[in-house]
Amino acid sequence: MKQRLFSLIRKEFIQIVRDPRTLILTLIYPVVMLFLLGYAITNDVRNIPLAVLDRDRSGQSRALLDAYRASDYFKLEYYITSEDEMNYLIESNQARAAVIIPPNYGREIVAGRVGQIAFIIDGSDPNVSGTALTAAIMVGQSQSTKIVAQRTMRETQTQMPVDVRTQVWYNPGMITAYYMIPALIGMILQFLTTFLTSTSIVRERERGTIEQLIVTPIRSWELVAGKMVPYVLIAFFDMIEILVAGVLLFDVPINGSLMLLLVLSCLFLVTTLGIGLLISTVANTQQEAMLTTMFTLLPSIFLSGFMFPLAAMPTFLQAVSYLIPLRYFLIITRGIVLKGTGADVLLPEILALCFFAIVVMAATAVRFKKQLD
Amino acid sequence: MAVISVHNLTRRFGNFTAVDHISFDIEPGQVVGYLGPNGSGKTTTIRMLLGLIRPSEGEANVLGFDSASQSDLIRANTGYMSQKFALYNDLTARENLKFYAGVYGVRNGQRVDELLEQLGLDVIATMLVRTLSAGWRQRLSLAVAIVHHPKLLLLDEPTSGVDPTARRAFWDLIYSLVAEGITILVTTHYMDEAEYCSRVGILNFGKLLALDTPNNLKALLPGKMWEVFLEGKENEQADRLLPLLDVMGKTEGVIRASLAGDHLRILAKNAITRKELECRFKAEDIHNIRVESSIPVMEDTFMSLVSQ
Repeated sequence: MKQRLFSLIRKEFIQIVRDPRTLILTLIYPVVMLFLLGYAITNDVRNIPLAVLDRDRSGQSRALLDAYRASDYFKLEYYITSEDEMNYLIESNQARAAVIIPPNYGREIVAGRVGQIAFIIDGSDPNVSGTALTAAIMVGQSQSTKIVAQRTMRETQTQMPVDVRTQVWYNPGMITAYYMIPALIGMILQFLTTFLTSTSIVRERERGTIEQLIVTPIRSWELVAGKMVPYVLIAFFDMIEILVAGVLLFDVPINGSLMLLLVLSCLFLVTTLGIGLLISTVANTQQEAMLTTMFTLLPSIFLSGFMFPLAAMPTFLQAVSYLIPLRYFLIITRGIVLKGTGADVLLPEILALCFFAIVVMAATAVRFKKQLD
Repeated sequence: MAVISVHNLTRRFGNFTAVDHISFDIEPGQVVGYLGPNGSGKTTTIRMLLGLIRPSEGEANVLGFDSASQSDLIRANTGYMSQKFALYNDLTARENLKFYAGVYGVRNGQRVDELLEQLGLDVIATMLVRTLSAGWRQRLSLAVAIVHHPKLLLLDEPTSGVDPTARRAFWDLIYSLVAEGITILVTTHYMDEAEYCSRVGILNFGKLLALDTPNNLKALLPGKMWEVFLEGKENEQADRLLPLLDVMGKTEGVIRASLAGDHLRILAKNAITRKELECRFKAEDIHNIRVESSIPVMEDTFMSLVSQ
């Protein structure tokens, strides 16, 4: 038994090494994804290019603009003199927002009345416009507070009645990369293992070698295990690669137990490898296997909370998300890495993963037989 | 005791009957050829013997085990060479053989090198299978099939796509295996290869039409073989033979007439004599011909069985 399994594993490794292109891709892929998700796909909107149409040019208007500049949300890039200019800048995407200060703004403030300003936001990208909207209001409000305080000259007593003191736990800088990197582990583990196991078994069928393997005394489970072991090792290597790169490049804090993360990753891999095996029983060509893998991967990315928060989805899609194993694993990786959560808190997710592992493996055992018909 | 004993073996795929109530026995130490055109059910029969697919009807007993329920025991003692030369292109010849030795659980560490030498594969041992010619792949596939010292060898069209020299050398190897006491069932669609076998089964549309020694099969011919040549320069033109073929087709007592290179090959009833054939041509105003009696070959038997 050991000899058969060992022979198969050695053969798989030789084949992996003889195909350096695939090998390099599997090893580079995680780092590329990490860069994409860590740097490019960021929700932390800063430095929104702002066009300024200041018709007042008073001390008051300058103070307001300073407040916007100081907030970091806006970059005051264009000082313009007409609304036509503003329209052009926003239309050509050079400015994403514009502020218009009317001629009487300073006078109204000094007179103790209300000074109105207009804030125009390009709403085509909801992510940017949402941030711009919030920032425009926030900065305006804090400026109001300041002005009220100056008017009454009783600064100590002019605090707002409600004082909100915020504390952001686990990821106080609210850095997207911290949130994405632990999730990336789950995504890459699933993609690589499903993809590589399904194509490697289908390749044997394409070549006709599966028929020769079936007539040997090798057992189904040995065949399955021999196929899995090399890809599990590669997946683990990738996982460590992501963690190390995450710590070195993005300073991701790892607050929880690495051991727990590894053990639960194994549990998750049982499911993803099983999906790969199931695909291999359906697909006849490597191309079919690849397409089917992509088909299982896309719902996993969108419905697992990997990119978009589940809470924001319609109830129907939220219900569907409970069928996605990655959903549970992401709660686990994010929990362990960011919050330092232990197994006791993650018990529901662990049980869910156990359930998936059993169901998928049972289905695989039924479908994956050492027979041709 | 028979190595293979098949009784009423049948396999249907939907409405199509690939193998139709086949029965035969194969004794130890024989090379049995399984001759039939593509799609006649050769591969399906072999796959059923190995338990790779289930019979729709009937049963097969291989090496004393039932193929449907005890295929594991059959496979452990049977070598199988499938049509596709199931080798890994990205492994060397030696790595391929070593891998199969491993999955067959061969304990003897020397077996791989022994076999490479025995089959003359040592010269290409370190070459990637991708770079090998069909002849080498065929030989390596045979090595894979016998790495675990099987008692029975099932070869599915082992010589298709291989050049004649390599084919001849391959048959020499097969005889040397028989000399070691292995029983062999080999499928082919080459008529000349069937002559090399101790017994030949003829298969068409899933039915086993006959299974006997090549000589006994030839004796089944319902007549005598004749060859008709055109004398002189004219025999170099194949189209000049067509009128002759026409004449023979219309002749009473001629069972089958066919073109064979520079002459006609005729199967005629035993009662027909050379004189009678010559007279037929003269009656049609065709002269310059020569009629000779001929020895039947496997193809004659095959064609006559298949056309019945």
